[in-house]
Amino acid sequence: MAGLIGKKIGMTRVFDAEGTAVPVTVVEAGPCPVFQVKTQETDGYSAVQLGFGRRKAKHATLAEVGHAVKAGAEEAPRVLREFPISGGEEFELGQELTVEVFEVGDKVNVVGTSKGRGFQGVVKRHGFAGRPASHGHPMSRTPGSMGPGTDPSRVIKGKKLPGQMGGTRTTVRNLEVVKVDTERNLLFVKGGVPGVRNSYLFIAK
Amino acid sequence: MADLLQELDKEQLRDDLPDFAPGDTVRVNYRVREGEKERIQAFEGVCIARRGGGMGETFMVRKISSGIGVERVFPLNSPFIRDIEVVRRGRVRRAKLYYLRGLKGKAARIREKRVN
Repeated sequence: MAGLIGKKIGMTRVFDAEGTAVPVTVVEAGPCPVFQVKTQETDGYSAVQLGFGRRKAKHATLAEVGHAVKAGAEEAPRVLREFPISGGEEFELGQELTVEVFEVGDKVNVVGTSKGRGFQGVVKRHGFAGRPASHGHPMSRTPGSMGPGTDPSRVIKGKKLPGQMGGTRTTVRNLEVVKVDTERNLLFVKGGVPGVRNSYLFIAK
Repeated sequence: MADLLQELDKEQLRDDLPDFAPGDTVRVNYRVREGEKERIQAFEGVCIARRGGGMGETFMVRKISSGIGVERVFPLNSPFIRDIEVVRRGRVRRAKLYYLRGLKGKAARIREKRVN
């Protein structure tokens, strides 16, 4: 099942029929024109390439513009992305996918780039406990022991250490679609979604 | 883009509710669902706090029920609030009246606001 490319607008809440406030992320999703259809015969796998947004000719390379024109678009898209076709759906070049591909109650996976948090220590990055703040302890947020000693005489691979946190591709799975606004191309997804506002997201069923 | 968020909130905000502030005595008629049936439950007490903004705004109502203090937080924009009646306007000097929790009887009274 193909998905959509979208932009994160922000979070708010809506009330459901039970009167409970549901936290939602608003995503501006689509319309996404089809730029290329990959088939088993020509490409060895089947997928559909969707675009989102637009890029002025002076900001796009000639190749990008040519690719767009082939699909019947005037301008190159801001984002291009392939979605695998699993069922037997058929897509045509230039066909536009909108939020209507999703229905209220659908479970979707949302992929985005998480907020960059820079170089972080082990307490924030991996949830280590650190030492108690009071009762006579010296202040400490160190990772502590690196592991066993003479045997194996090395640090085990994958040891959790300080480093860059965030700013990576992150997937959140099984988020419920709470509301679909076809007029404004908005998708209301229950819960949080990775990334800052205005960042691009890939949404698939 | 934050503008679009505010716009979305505006569509859901309740504009039919009266203005009230901490210190006011309010009567909240809340729709309660019990199985299939629905009925209105009134909760009357002093509004002791309002917090948040937009769709997330809530207010806290405190009353003394058979000698025990009961506080309840309502989402201001909940569709389950049928209406709110302002019973009495109170004159207070803080936005959060948490000090009322430590007071009983006469001491917990709030002066009425003079409206000219």
